[in-house]
Amino acid sequence: MTRIFASAGAEFRIALRNRWVTIAVTMMALFSIVLSAAGSAPTGVLGADKLSVTVASLTSLAVYLVPLLALLMSFDAVAGEVERGTLPLVLTYPVSRAELLLGKFVAHLMILGLAVAVGYGIAAAAAITIDPHASAGIPALIRLFWTSLLLGAAFIAIGYALSAIARRPGAAAGLAIGLWLAMIVLYDLGLLAAVVADSGGYFTIHVFPWMLIANPADAFRLYNLAASEATAAAAGIGGAASTIPAAHALASIILWPLVGLVLATLAFRKVTP
Amino acid sequence: MTNLTLSQVTKTFDQTRALDGVGFTVASGERVALLGHNGAGKSTLMKIILGLIPFDSGTVTVMGDAPGSHAARRQVAYLPENVAFHPALTGLEQIRYYLRLRGENPGAAMGLLERVGLSDAAKRRIGTYSKGMRQRVGLAQALIGNPRLLVLDEPTSGLDPVSRREFYAMLDELATEGAAILLSSHALTEVEARTDRIVILSKGVMVANDTLAALRRQAALPTHLQVIARPGAADAVAAQLHGARMNGVMVNLTCAHDEKLARLGQVTALGAMIEDVEVIPPSLEDIYSHFSLQADGRAIR
Repeated sequence: MTRIFASAGAEFRIALRNRWVTIAVTMMALFSIVLSAAGSAPTGVLGADKLSVTVASLTSLAVYLVPLLALLMSFDAVAGEVERGTLPLVLTYPVSRAELLLGKFVAHLMILGLAVAVGYGIAAAAAITIDPHASAGIPALIRLFWTSLLLGAAFIAIGYALSAIARRPGAAAGLAIGLWLAMIVLYDLGLLAAVVADSGGYFTIHVFPWMLIANPADAFRLYNLAASEATAAAAGIGGAASTIPAAHALASIILWPLVGLVLATLAFRKVTP
Repeated sequence: MTNLTLSQVTKTFDQTRALDGVGFTVASGERVALLGHNGAGKSTLMKIILGLIPFDSGTVTVMGDAPGSHAARRQVAYLPENVAFHPALTGLEQIRYYLRLRGENPGAAMGLLERVGLSDAAKRRIGTYSKGMRQRVGLAQALIGNPRLLVLDEPTSGLDPVSRREFYAMLDELATEGAAILLSSHALTEVEARTDRIVILSKGVMVANDTLAALRRQAALPTHLQVIARPGAADAVAAQLHGARMNGVMVNLTCAHDEKLARLGQVTALGAMIEDVEVIPPSLEDIYSHFSLQADGRAIR
């Protein structure tokens, strides 16, 4: 435990010096401010409180931004140490590779948590100021916060695995961007195309829901939308959300960080200093 | 007590044999120098001892445990060649981190940095350090805890002569306290008075493992005598001693180690014709090349 916290402490300090903490927090804050400003028009037709609507918008934002931030912080974790030549020395210390990764993981997750908290905090404050009934949306906001952490955790861990596989920061960055495009943008487009082509056949009914759950970003979106009817209505994909039990989506976003960490540790073990 | 035992260690990278049947020991309190050209297998051997890379056959025991095991790593300190640290951390933060990884009190960091002469720069980022200063951070981390085996890969590269002297004094202290020390170097001249035993690797083969005095005897390289004759007497001196005249006054003689005194007797017998005589024993570089070249011959065969 001491060793994990020691390496988390060093990693957090490095991120602070490299301005990663500032970049992450500023990015989340800026997007939340823009989102709050854009969504400040009256929404009486939906019959939902202001904060719930904000949470729905934040969910769509988080699906893109949280994995991106997570991958940006994590792609350098192993490859960077290989390139700087800092790996051989630390690996002769009585600390396991899993502990080193967990240390980095704790630090990166803390930074992500900070950024997400600031961003969501700003958006929530804006919503509550405009709409006095907005406090009804607070449970949804809290749910969004911790699921965002799980989503980020999954992509941080996957980023470590890519970093260990690539062994060079340049290659790792390329893999990370490619993965983000594939899992966040292209995956949904591909599924959508398949569903359209299938037009309500076997794929749409039996395969499609599972493929949605298999992707942590989609599972995250589904869980947050399914858990809140109002936001589901606001987001307009209640149809997809209703066919999949929320528990399945939740299981997916809890499992992914664990699977990612196992994959990352296995890949890191293959790196010879 | 033997802190490090190697026996018949063999390692092959692709088709190249990096280490071939290497075996030696380093006892508690002993300082052993590992010499060899670039690519002789020094760093590979060290990485095997540290458990960073696997080996093909043979046995390695570090403090009675397998190399790289948790128990072995607790008792071994390493200083890599061209040691690197994260440039964003300060020297103090870096050492505090290493202390915590070893389960030691991070408060000891400043003391360690003082010991290697870095206390003034302790709160500056390592990115601003010179190579010599980074090397000192590397030394400081190698002193953490009470390592029973120190593996130092070219520890004095980048250090000025004064710092080198301080560094070897520090090693003496550690050896006195019972640590076993294995250090690599390119230069025999540097380690001659500072180590107890010398191991020479050449193309992965161990070609020497002994004290410097014993290696000198084994090599049996000729001693040179430089005789300075009185003006005008050089030719006569050269003729009488069967030597080669170098210039107006100097005559060069070559003899085996055990003939040296007899040869000197012949020189002194010439009395007034001689101005001076210098005895030049085989240099350390000569001894080193002797052993290294021996291995080259073996590799060709």
